[in-house]
This record gives sequence, C-alpha cells and structure tokens, in this order.
Amino acid sequence: MPEVLRAPLVVEFPFTRSLGPVQSAFLTGLRERTVLGVRTGDGRVLVPPVEYDPVTAEELRELVEVHATGTVTTWAWNPAPRSQQPLARPFAWVLVRLDGADTALLHVLDAPGPDAVRTGMRVRVRWAAERTGAITDIACFEPYGSEPAPLPRAHNGSFPRTAAGPAAEAVTGIVAPARLDYTYAPGRAQSDHLAALAERRIVGERCPSCRKIYVPPRGACPTCGVATGEQVEVGPRGTVTTFCIVNIKAKNLDIEVPYVYAHIALDGADLALHGRIGGIPYDEVRMGLRVEPVWHDGARHPDHYRPTGEPDADYDTYKELL
Amino acid sequence: MTRYEAPYGRDIAVVAFAQTCHRRRSDELSEVEMLMPVLHQVLEATGLRTGDIGFTCSGSSDYLAGRAFSFTMALDGVGAWPPISESHVEMDGAWALYEAWVKLLTGQADTALVYAYGKSSPGEVRDVLTRQLDPYYAAPLWPDSVALAALQAQALIDAGEAGEPELAGVAARSRRAAAANPHAQLQGEVPRGEYHVRPLRVSDCPPVGDGAAAVILAAGERARELCGRPAWIRGMDHRIEAHALGVRDLTRSPSTRLAAERAGAFRRPVDTAELHAPFTSQEIVLRRSLDLDDRVRVNPSGGALAANPVMAAGLIRIGEAAARIHRGESDRALAHATSGPCLQQNLVAVLEGEADAR
Repeated sequence: MPEVLRAPLVVEFPFTRSLGPVQSAFLTGLRERTVLGVRTGDGRVLVPPVEYDPVTAEELRELVEVHATGTVTTWAWNPAPRSQQPLARPFAWVLVRLDGADTALLHVLDAPGPDAVRTGMRVRVRWAAERTGAITDIACFEPYGSEPAPLPRAHNGSFPRTAAGPAAEAVTGIVAPARLDYTYAPGRAQSDHLAALAERRIVGERCPSCRKIYVPPRGACPTCGVATGEQVEVGPRGTVTTFCIVNIKAKNLDIEVPYVYAHIALDGADLALHGRIGGIPYDEVRMGLRVEPVWHDGARHPDHYRPTGEPDADYDTYKELL
Repeated sequence: MTRYEAPYGRDIAVVAFAQTCHRRRSDELSEVEMLMPVLHQVLEATGLRTGDIGFTCSGSSDYLAGRAFSFTMALDGVGAWPPISESHVEMDGAWALYEAWVKLLTGQADTALVYAYGKSSPGEVRDVLTRQLDPYYAAPLWPDSVALAALQAQALIDAGEAGEPELAGVAARSRRAAAANPHAQLQGEVPRGEYHVRPLRVSDCPPVGDGAAAVILAAGERARELCGRPAWIRGMDHRIEAHALGVRDLTRSPSTRLAAERAGAFRRPVDTAELHAPFTSQEIVLRRSLDLDDRVRVNPSGGALAANPVMAAGLIRIGEAAARIHRGESDRALAHATSGPCLQQNLVAVLEGEADAR
C-alpha cells in the first residue's frame, strides 16, 4: 500500500443573515453602545433578546434598555484561546446577567487569571473601538466593582444621532465569516488511484461481486455495497459518451470558453469519468469520439483529453455507460 | 410473565448492533471504507442482505471532515441499487434510529438499517461544533464545545451538586469500565491532566476520534426470527431545551426528564443505563434528571468518555444497551443520546428483553 496522502483543506464561507426586528434593534443598540433586552408576557427581561418567547412561543416586541454592568452567573477559565475567539490572551468564558435582565449573555471576561474570577462577581461591558452591529461590538467584559442597578428602562429601538436628529440607520443583517481548517486524507482506494496517476497510470478497482471496474475508485461498489480491492489498469484511451459545451468562464480557471467537458469511458472501465476535451474545435466534439489523456509535467491528473484520430466508437459499445 | 402490550400496535426491536474500534485517526480509510465493515457485520448477524431491508436511515455531519455530501458517498457502502428507501439526518445516528422506528411503527417497513459515522480527525472538532450554535449571538464568539461544557460544570459546582473529586470519579469509573470494551478508544487509568477549560480537566473530556456504528431494527415476529433475544423498544422520545444558554438552568436537564417520562422510563426500574455524557459533569446532570441511583449500572461500556465518535456516539449508547439485552446481561435498559451544547437536545429510549428468551 502506498503512503497515505494528506493535503490541507480550507472551508471558508461568509454567511449573510437577515435580522428580525428585535435582533435588529439589539445589534443596532450594540453599535450605539446600548444594550437592549426584550420583555416577555410574564414580565421577564431576556438579554440577549429573542423574537419569540422560548417557553410560550409568544411573539415578543417590547424593548427595554438594560445596563452595561452585570453579574457573572457562571464562568470557565480558558488557558489556551483558539484563533477565532475574542481575546488572544487567556480569558474567562462567562455568562453575565446584566443589571435589569433576568437571563444571561454568553461572552468573555478579560481578567488577569482564574483566581480573579468567581461566580457573582461584578463586571461591565468593554466596548469595541470599532462597532458594526454585531455581538463582537462588545469586545469583552471587564471586572468592575459596582452596586447592581436593576431597573430596565423602556426603549423604542431607534437611536437618534442627536436629541432632535433623525435615527441612525438600523442594522438589518449580519455577515458571519467562518473558516474551518482540515487535513484531508482520501482513504485507501483513492490514495492508490492517485499514487498510480503520479506514474501516469489510470487504475480502477473491480467489484468482487458484479465484476464492474470503477474509476476513479472510492473503495466500495455502490451497487453491491462491498469493498473493491482488485486493481485494474484502464485506458489510457477512451470514448466520449456524452458532453456539454461550457460558455461561462470559471473564476480562477485559466481556460478559454467555450470548451467541452465530457464523460469519458476509458477502455476497460465500467463507469465514465469526466474531463475536458481539447485539441479539437469545441463544435466538432461528438458522442463516440475516441480520446486519450494529455499529461503536463508535475500535474497529478491529466490536463485534458484529445482525439486519438481513431474512427468513432459504435454507439452499442458505450450505450450502457451513458 | 404477561406479554407486553405494544403501545403503538407494533413491537419494534433492535436485533443487531456493530461498531468500529474507535481511534484517534483513521487517515488510511475514507468514510465509506471505515463504515462498510460495521454494515456488513449487522447484515451478517441477521443473515439479511441490503435488498431485504425495508428502510435505511443514517446520521452524520459533513462539517466534521469538511466533505460536502459525504453521506451520499457513504451510501456506496450500503449498495443502494436497485434503489432503496433511504433517509439521512444531519444529526447523531440516534435520531436516525428514531426516524426508522417511526417508519416501522407506521407499518411501511418491517426491517430497518440505521448507521452513523463521524471522522473528527481531519478537522478541529472544538471549532467545528461552534458552527452549530446561534449564528447571531454565540457563533461569532467561537465558544468551543469544551468551553460550553465547562460553563455547565462550574454552574454544577457553584450549586453544590458536584466538586472536582466527583467529576474525577465519573472519569475513572468510565475508563475502568471501558477496559472490558474492545471498541473503546480510552481504557483503564487516564491521568486527570491539566485544565482543558477550567473546571474541566483533560480526563473530564471525551477523546477525539473516528468511528462508525450500525443497528438493525425489526418488527414483531421478524425480530424474533432474526435475533435470539431481541431488545424491544418500549418507548422512545426526544425533547429540546431553549436555544439560548443564558435562559437555561444548566444544572438540570428538563428535556431529558420529559423525554424519559414520555418513553416510559419511570414505569419500572431499569437495571442498566447507557448515557451519552461526553463530559463528566454531564453524567451527573443526567443521573439526577433520570433518578438513577447506585442500583443502576451506568455506562458499563465506558460511555462517551471512553469513545466519542461524534454523530455515532448516541447511536452507540442505544446499541450498547441493546447488545446487553441480546447477551442476557440486562432485562430493562435506558439509552440516552444528546446533541448540541450543554445537553441541549436529548433522546431517551427504553429497551427490554423478554424473560422467556434468556
């Protein structure tokens, strides 16, 4: 068995999300250095506020302003912050019940060490210097000895820039970037396939039950549900079974359009793979065209397939592979 | 003994269970290569072929290994041709089993194959699991799974319900029990280690690893044909807590309690409980919510503290409980599965073996 292949894989996606009216007011408030909560039918104040009562499912709309000071209800000391967490130095995760609220907000507390943190300690919001309307507009909490200031005040959810001026524009959505880093390993069958490709051989695997040869192999026969293992070299020549003409240029892909992308049944394979067809005008590609791979130095895969010059294959020879 | 009256008009049982030997890494295997052997084991145990199975349901998450539509690749290991009746949940396989149970109760199928797999090794599971959180207020802070469990553990300590010695006791008992479990990833003595996120030490946390599991369900007489002592599902229910962590009392699990009541767990005592408690503190919360005392064997498999292949670990709790009934080591067992931060969503199943089938 060849060595197990590994490659870095980054999955990165910005989620763009719209906000309901309560979330919008809350995040607009954070941008304006104000913490809003929402009052439930039984008079409790939820911070962070939600659109619907978590117990009764009643729609909630009555906003109140709570204080930027509060009390830690539980905590956990994080000695080794992870890269995307709010603080780069060791910190405490905290649930904080802000003065005027009945529920607690999850955030982080900037403290010198675990001995400086306890449940019941008083803290206050440290605002981020640049605020955009996000939970991270609260940079963190910091220790702050003060008496609780419990009463929330009514708030209409709008934030005038000056006493008489128009309201600041409300935050109506968030963009939440996310990045996850992986080390991808393709497993046994695909590692073997890729190792053979490095020697410019195309190797499939045969199902011990139905005898079909799969290329590229994924380690299992999808029809029989058993492991494939017997390796069989296929191609390198093959037949175009079907194709499409690509007219839209892909980002970061240095191929002129239009070009042809085809299903190719390599000689000896029982499953068509796909590849680009080159070396022939795009409008002359046809079903049954005989092709062969073109390799470029240093590449793990054929760059494209080109016509071999042989007569076209009879339809009957590839109709089962369409 | 009087024969049990099926509450839904149909008796459904777990008739076979298999799991991988869970490991920290499995780079040499793709997901389907890791999964396929356990599928074959449950099929061989029952003598069934894929074509005999009435319904297939799986649980997994593409985020774990960063592979889009990985569950469709995993289906290669089932042999899904001619087309099978199939479904998938982006949840622990215990919820796939729930869907299959409902399908069998409707009478639309007599047998079901349920499987789950998870490869945590390609990514950083602590980061990956942050992506399941509230995207507005929680996920932007990247609070990882250990941190959230640590907040829950501290709440338990503050409430006087447990101290670090009790947490250490849960860890030690679980890994001792796992010494008899050849599939466990962590066995025997595990040093308590440093604080991962205080108050949780390394030994309070589950191992990170890769694994898969499969179960076969069958209805009525079909179950008796396929298994000497079927593990009859007497009830099953799942419930969820409020979304926001700061709304919940983290020292309690009312959703587990309610699911257990609805599953009939309190009608008669159970002798065994397989609890899906990835963190030591969570076992204490669950024990209390379920009124489990010292007469109940809790996690004789070692539980998720001994092996926690994410997305499969809950299904494994049901499988382990069922396997004890199959072997005659339990007559009535409770199995629990959890999902989400701090025991957010909980499933409880009650399994029984018949006395005359021992």
